[in-house]
Amino acid sequence: MRWIWIDRFLSFESGKCARAVKNLSMAEDHLADHFPGYPVMPATLMLEGLAQTGGILVGEANDFREKVVLAKIPKARFAREARAGEQLTYEVEILTLREEGASIAGRIRVGEELLGEAEIFFAHLDQARSRQVFGEQNFVFSGEFKHLLALARKAASRDQGEQPAPATPTA
Amino acid sequence: MPTQTEIYEKVSATLVEALNVDEEDIKPDSTLQGDLGAESIDFLDIVFRLEREFGIKIPRGELFPESIFQGDPDFVQNGRVTEKGLAELRAKMPFADLDQFAADPQVSHISDLFTVEMIARYIQGKLAESGKN
Repeated sequence: MRWIWIDRFLSFESGKCARAVKNLSMAEDHLADHFPGYPVMPATLMLEGLAQTGGILVGEANDFREKVVLAKIPKARFAREARAGEQLTYEVEILTLREEGASIAGRIRVGEELLGEAEIFFAHLDQARSRQVFGEQNFVFSGEFKHLLALARKAASRDQGEQPAPATPTA
Repeated sequence: MPTQTEIYEKVSATLVEALNVDEEDIKPDSTLQGDLGAESIDFLDIVFRLEREFGIKIPRGELFPESIFQGDPDFVQNGRVTEKGLAELRAKMPFADLDQFAADPQVSHISDLFTVEMIARYIQGKLAESGKN
């Protein structure tokens, strides 16, 4: 199963805020089980999408040198469920960014409607210790994330007016 | 210029948010780990929130030192903090109430130094230092 819960970045302001979308399709496996006859996206997966949006924002702020891991969700609340056919927008902004970690505030919308909001706390795995255990490779920002990272960077450069991003990313 | 009571109330509200505890469970001498159930990641969350709440900078390891003694035998012997270790604690954590701890300085009790009152005292010192008090 591919573990990517955002489809595309809409905007990306380095070290500050980002917006990404998730198109929810009836073809997604989780809707078959959650729940039979009543398909709604699990709130935990919405949080995952929000955390991926925020995690990439936090990672990019240090040029992906840090291993950014979700450490804690101090609060999350939801106004309603999300259904197939809806497009969720994840909006995140950095509240605090320090060498040890970061916290973000996030909102989930469908159009203008607020579906949910959460605060998410990320830790930077201690560099010295994690290098001993995991080696030099940054296992957080690897594999499936690479494509999204390229998209995030394109969105960032577009926001900074450096060059227009192509409709289909090539990275 | 926040008063001592105002600082304490803000610290208490910060802990309610960071640790998801009820305000009535927070007493000045409540220990963060023992009484309020704080885990290691919560300490960082608390630091972030205090910085935002009070508009101050809390350098890494200043409020919650990560490893004070690092296994130094001059500081800890037979599970007890030595006189030199106590002096080190006083130097690194002047805002902590060490008198009670010094009476029975078992290293395993160090986490009891981290109380709600200790945070409030630290904040008071920081605000005074930055001329906001």
